[in-house]
Amino acid sequence: MTTKTINLTLKVWRQNRSRPKGGFENYTAKDISTDMSFLEMLDVVNEDLVLSGKEPIAFDHDCREGICGMCGAVVDGEAHGPLKETTLCQLHMRHFKSGDTIVIEPWRARAFPIVKDLVVDRSAFDEIIASGGYISSKTGGAQDANNILVGKEIADKAFNAAACIGCGACVAACPNASAMLFVGAKVSHLGLLPQGRPEAKTRVHNMVRTMDRLGFGNCSNETECEVQCPKSISIREIARMNREFVKASFS
Amino acid sequence: MNWFVDTFRTSLGKKFLMAVTGLGFIGFIIVHMMGNMTLFVGHEAFNAYVEKLHGYEALILVAEIGLLSLAVIHVTTGLLLFLGNRSARNVSYTVKKSGGGRNIGSATMPYTGFVILLFVILHLSNFSFVDTTDRTMYDVITATFSSWIYIIVYVVSVAAVAIHVRHGFWSLFQSLGLNHEKYMPALRMISIALAVIVGVGFGLIPIYIGIIT
Ligand code: HEM
Ligand code: FES
Repeated sequence: MTTKTINLTLKVWRQNRSRPKGGFENYTAKDISTDMSFLEMLDVVNEDLVLSGKEPIAFDHDCREGICGMCGAVVDGEAHGPLKETTLCQLHMRHFKSGDTIVIEPWRARAFPIVKDLVVDRSAFDEIIASGGYISSKTGGAQDANNILVGKEIADKAFNAAACIGCGACVAACPNASAMLFVGAKVSHLGLLPQGRPEAKTRVHNMVRTMDRLGFGNCSNETECEVQCPKSISIREIARMNREFVKASFS
Repeated sequence: MNWFVDTFRTSLGKKFLMAVTGLGFIGFIIVHMMGNMTLFVGHEAFNAYVEKLHGYEALILVAEIGLLSLAVIHVTTGLLLFLGNRSARNVSYTVKKSGGGRNIGSATMPYTGFVILLFVILHLSNFSFVDTTDRTMYDVITATFSSWIYIIVYVVSVAAVAIHVRHGFWSLFQSLGLNHEKYMPALRMISIALAVIVGVGFGLIPIYIGIIT
């Protein structure tokens, strides 16, 4: 069986760390196998660029299997591209047609400054996590698994929230560049479990304030985040964070 | 800082203010619309309703102060959120595309809100700050809607209110943390139904008074 190949025109955002402004450059991606992932397609383009003595396109990636949260770009106006529930590394070229022009932009948010080309600095997320996205527990010998009982329904809910890989697509997709889906997922995932309850109040208090301080926008319930999230985190996590915040503020 | 003020200075706190004041407005417009429905019964019924309403002076004063406070909070908080959101996305995307989440209501909240604000000022000057010593309220209304311009301005403004409510109603529950798969689908349907009811209910008044009668 021979693989199908396609030819594409790419409009890619190029920007240097030292420059306040960037711009689009056009590239052609020739003979791209439709079995390739989007990142592999960029690899091919970069090989050509390197061979012709040009600076390759910088983009973030690590696992390339949709679990680490490193990759991501806005492709034709959608975070991680047109396929739902899929990270950019898991988006395959068979979802594009030969002759397509693809516009590739970095996540755009004041809180995520551009490092280079498609690479943005997401340490704002680390700062939010450091302000409360953890539990403080003594790590001794491993406990018996059934020492603390957690109902199946609660465990499932916590797991759904914990599926967040922190890629930042929610911020990129939100018309207001709000980080509330990310923070909601973390507050929910930890707050639903008994181990997370003792710090629930300070957690939501600190994480929300850190998020605000870092210059993210405010949720206006557009729900673009949940439809573009590669892990389908629901805005119900934001509602849960809102409840936790009321509880924490008025008690 | 005082914990209460500090709470409402956060992003979530501002959302609560929008939600609670928005809910207050929705309560008001439903009651206001029910009262206005007497217009369709006839001018005696409407004038009787206005007469009766103006009998409860103290109650009206309380309601007016309440609505004014809601408006001040809703508009200033909405403006702060709008400006904050604009600065959070400092560079806009070249390709703007919805993944299917937003709708006409959600995408236009600040703009429909601004239209409503202008409309409320016009509306109060048309019907609240008017002298009715030697004419009835019904006369004031028929005089206003004898003009084409007023009919169009009112219908457009009512459409703005309907579009605002289309997103605002379900959104306020989400902002207050009330979202569960059991009732959220119903709230979303009610949001659309309410928008249609408000749009048709208020929108028919200028058309009925100005064109049909
Ligand atoms: C006076 C002019 C008004 C302005 C300037 C205005 C502005 C806004 C803005 C900007 C938002 C979105 C806030 C955000 O989510 O970031 C909003 C939300 C809302 N507005 Fe208004 N609005 C006005 C009048 C009204 C009226 C008359 C109603 C009631 C019919 C109303 C009901 C709501 C509701 C229910 C929300 C949703 C709150 C939430 O999502 O939690 N507003 N308004
Ligand atoms: S590279 Fe790890 S999720 Fe895409």
